[in-house]
Amino acid sequence: MSMSDMKTGDRAIIVEFTDEELSLKLMEMGCTPGEIVTLKHVAPLGDPIAVSVSGYLLSLRKKEASTIIINLLP
Amino acid sequence: MNRDLKIALVGNPNSGKSTLFNILTGLKQKTGNFPGVTVDKKTGSTKLPGPSGTTVTAYLIDLPGTYSLQPKSIDEEVTCELLTNKSNPDSPDLIVVVADATNLKRSLYLVTQLIELERPVVLALNMIDQAPRLNSKFKIQTLEERLGIPVIPISARKDTGIVELKKILARPIAPSSKKFISADASPSAASIERYNAISAMVENIVHKEDNNERHALTHALDKILTHRIWGFACFLIVLLLIFQGIFYFASFPMKWIEELFIDFSKWGRLYLPSGELTELLINGVLAGLSGVLVFIPQIALLFGFIGILEDSGYMARVSFIMDRIMHKFGLNGRSVIPLISGIACAVPAIMGARTISNWKERLITIMVTPLMSCSARLPVYTLLISLIFPVGQRMHFFNINGIVLLLMYLIGFFAAIASAFVLKYLIKSKEKSYFIMELPVYRSPRWKTLSYTIFEKVKVFLFDAGKIIVAISVILWVLSSHGPSSKFSATQNASEKLKNSYAGNLGRAIEPAIAPLGFDWKIGIALITSFAAREVFVGTMATIYSVGDTKNTRSIREKMLEEKDPVTGNAVYSKATGLSLMIFFAFAMQCMSTLAVVKRETKSWKWPIFQFLYMGVMAYGASFLVYHLFR
Repeated sequence: MSMSDMKTGDRAIIVEFTDEELSLKLMEMGCTPGEIVTLKHVAPLGDPIAVSVSGYLLSLRKKEASTIIINLLP
Repeated sequence: MNRDLKIALVGNPNSGKSTLFNILTGLKQKTGNFPGVTVDKKTGSTKLPGPSGTTVTAYLIDLPGTYSLQPKSIDEEVTCELLTNKSNPDSPDLIVVVADATNLKRSLYLVTQLIELERPVVLALNMIDQAPRLNSKFKIQTLEERLGIPVIPISARKDTGIVELKKILARPIAPSSKKFISADASPSAASIERYNAISAMVENIVHKEDNNERHALTHALDKILTHRIWGFACFLIVLLLIFQGIFYFASFPMKWIEELFIDFSKWGRLYLPSGELTELLINGVLAGLSGVLVFIPQIALLFGFIGILEDSGYMARVSFIMDRIMHKFGLNGRSVIPLISGIACAVPAIMGARTISNWKERLITIMVTPLMSCSARLPVYTLLISLIFPVGQRMHFFNINGIVLLLMYLIGFFAAIASAFVLKYLIKSKEKSYFIMELPVYRSPRWKTLSYTIFEKVKVFLFDAGKIIVAISVILWVLSSHGPSSKFSATQNASEKLKNSYAGNLGRAIEPAIAPLGFDWKIGIALITSFAAREVFVGTMATIYSVGDTKNTRSIREKMLEEKDPVTGNAVYSKATGLSLMIFFAFAMQCMSTLAVVKRETKSWKWPIFQFLYMGVMAYGASFLVYHLFR
């Protein structure tokens, strides 16, 4: 599943990326494989989303989040 | 060390880089531009304590915030080029990288890349007061060893550690030889490798629970401020307060400035010899200057409020909740603030569009912002509405004048959104639209930095846009106070003089073109003069209609109401003409200050000319339609 399928409060571990160019941008922002992310907020109209990653809050559009493959943590 | 030192400040956005820059340089700073690109170049100088009591002068350059040396935007490209190209004239002798101590892991990504450039690098570990567990001698020393560069814990806000930082900067620093990735790795493999190196490096230095307490307040606030109902409600309340604030607080200094200039021209008339030069000085230069200066209170206040929103972290949330709507129309969440600021004045609003990093989205924002009904349209609307809707007309409980005024504002907003939607398909760009952005922790604004920002923006407006405004005012004065024919010199009547001036001839020349919109040559003159600024329309109308009324007993409104068409005998200001004129003012680009600022912000005449034309075509078409619908 991808990051765009997460629900508020879900925790997940980043596995890999499907978009090479975007992955560089995401990785320099701290979204690296193995990093744990928590979905904190969803914007009022359903997009974009805000996740907590490497100790800070990152916002990204669902389209961008859909390129991040994750494993949900219980 | 005799040689002056060139230092570059680099860091992530929100790392406190600009605060440090302000502390180091104070008011000894200036904003320029990097050649060929629309990126601000802030430079300044500072004195450093050199060896044995000497001082070293250091030139600082504040580079745009970036997360890495792999450029993703024009801003980041500038930073990378300057740091990697040693033949660049601004190439620094020393790099100071500012890192957010509460966000060390992510910050080290850029730090390690900078170290690999094999140049002298110093790490200023900012906001150390908010990461007390990191602030131990042992941890800092460990970090220095692992990175191979000096690390100075500072707090730019609290002004601590600055003296130590300055001491280090004055000393010769050897580049670190550390490498964090293997040379032949692909970009994405290199990123992963770099993060693994960083994770190992911050072992025993950063702890996961360090940030929890700080984030608790931000999380609680965000629950409300990004809530599906409260989020929008809070945003509306903030907007309302800002606009009330701008209109209320700016009205006093604006009145003083206007009065001051009226006094200046009175003194001028009293004490200067009457003649061409005095007239040029008073009606050309002084009028132009007052037109520039009168904007300053609004600009200062608007940038003050926007600065508070940016600095506190709230602006990022506004972008967050609005991005979905804005993105559909080719804009970005960050376009919201310029669009809304446009209700006060498009000039500072367009300058505020700099926070949009994507060039296409920023350009569209700049192109459509002047369609928002600015405060200069208000006096025009007020006059015209009172002409075509007699006072007191009511629709149930509502005053019809108020409803029409509200409609004019809505028309402006929808025109802006619709134009953005069209421009989205017209403007081509290879740059991808991202909304990958940090939502920073809420903080109280830094007042000192804020005052520098306001000072800078006002200065830029005053000198860059001001020059053009004054120049065009002078040209307009020449055109409206000189005439080609003997008729002009023969008459002493102000209205007749205007009619026979170059501007008057121009007005009559364009009459056939504007007749289909329901305008006569008098309105034509007012349209030409109101190109300087929309509110000039009211003043021009006052001059034109002063004919045959030496006692000045009636208001412009009454005079305009009585104006009859010489051929048909019908009132000139019929509902059709009035509405058509209002629509024209809603769409037409009649503001040279805005055009001057667009030229400055886009670095080319192409965009202001395009904007002038597309808005003109829209205004003409819409006025034509409205006139024929209501006639």
